[in-house]
Amino acid sequence: MTALTTASQPRIGAGFRLQWEPVQNCHVLLYPEGMVKLNGSAGEIMKRCDGARDVAAIVADLEQAFAMQGLEGDVLAFVEMAAKQRWLAWE
Amino acid sequence: MKATPAIGPPLWLLAELTYRCPLHCVFCYNPVDFAQQQDELDTEDWLRVLRQGREMGAVQLGLSGGEPLVRDDLEVIVAEAHRLGYYTNLLTSGVGLTEARAAALKAAGLDHVQLSFQDSTREMNDFLSHTKTFALKNQVAKIIKGQGWPMVMNVVIHRLNIDHIDRIIGMADEFGAEYIELANTQYYSWAYLNRDQLLPTREQLKRAEQVTDAWRAKLGERMRIFFVAPDYHEGVPKKCVNGWGSMFLTVAPDGTALPCHTAKMLPGLRFPNVRDQGLREIWFESEGFNRYRGTGWMKEPCVSCEMKEVDLGGCRCQAYLIANDPAAADPVCVKSPHRALVEGAVARAETAVAQKVTEHPLVFRDPANSRRLATPTP
Repeated sequence: MTALTTASQPRIGAGFRLQWEPVQNCHVLLYPEGMVKLNGSAGEIMKRCDGARDVAAIVADLEQAFAMQGLEGDVLAFVEMAAKQRWLAWE
Repeated sequence: MKATPAIGPPLWLLAELTYRCPLHCVFCYNPVDFAQQQDELDTEDWLRVLRQGREMGAVQLGLSGGEPLVRDDLEVIVAEAHRLGYYTNLLTSGVGLTEARAAALKAAGLDHVQLSFQDSTREMNDFLSHTKTFALKNQVAKIIKGQGWPMVMNVVIHRLNIDHIDRIIGMADEFGAEYIELANTQYYSWAYLNRDQLLPTREQLKRAEQVTDAWRAKLGERMRIFFVAPDYHEGVPKKCVNGWGSMFLTVAPDGTALPCHTAKMLPGLRFPNVRDQGLREIWFESEGFNRYRGTGWMKEPCVSCEMKEVDLGGCRCQAYLIANDPAAADPVCVKSPHRALVEGAVARAETAVAQKVTEHPLVFRDPANSRRLATPTP
């Protein structure tokens, strides 16, 4: 995996699955015999990590969806952290 | 006024599909009278249970046993579970996991296979001498990796194999495992029968932990190693199944719904059957699931203990097995009035190892022993 840049195209890590759980009212990340409950912003970032869009596109989409600016730093920090946990991966 | 905390959903559904098993492990947690329970749920029953569980919010599904691969409808069950949105975990010895079966399970949507070492003394030499068992595990490990599943291995640790932990971790690394769980035996059912032969000494545990730490340093991120310490030696009760009726729901092969896979042994409790009731009613309303929920059932020393919300009094089955009272504090706890019984068991392990004595033969988990043990002695 190369160093993270805004051109990286993150996808959900192998063995993990992201899904929305109505009963818990949040996105969860499922993995062998375990589950992580994601907060709102983590869920919004991760559901856009489809391996096709790059980080720049994900940031632009989030800024538009939530009418906010300057999210790039936060998104990069989250993606970096998520990769350490193997939640996300890219080429 | 007594505060009743809200009851969450059964996030973890454990489907024990069968008690049939080609192996005879001396540490098995299946009930010792399993041979008397032959009336297995059929496919339709299981599919209904899966649907009901998912409606309540269950996300993790464990497919276990016995050996779940002996059920020829496993692929049908996995496919429905996948369609419903479960993360599906197959807990297997690998016996019966052929290339064709693995491909069919993958196509059905199986997410994860946990491969266990069954390791018992009958197979011990074989296992340690890298012969038949090694060949089988090696082959199954390749099949698992070939399907793109994460490679998760589980080894139940006890006195007879704990000194080989270096070799066990080395083998897992050779197989390309991403995770290995070194789970010290929990002493219930068959393991409890064989406790005097299986409990490791403190010295053995210390060495095993040192070896594990050395491998962790060597392997870094390549393989994650979980070492589950035994509660007998630590003196700290575990928050069993994360709290009775808090997130785990086990369905036994005959349809009995249980808060944990050994709870059926507890006296004076009736557990409902999924053939008669829906999971929602079972989970929220049955006496079996409500009996030890929360802290209301506790007595001293638990009631006034500052740790009561942390460990919830430990394990009810252990309290029953050792103190003969399912509402007692878990006897592994240093505050338990029955702690001496646990200390005694550990001391017997030390003596047995020091004097190299084997007082009793191991009792293998097989149908003949099960029938014998289920017959009350006159």
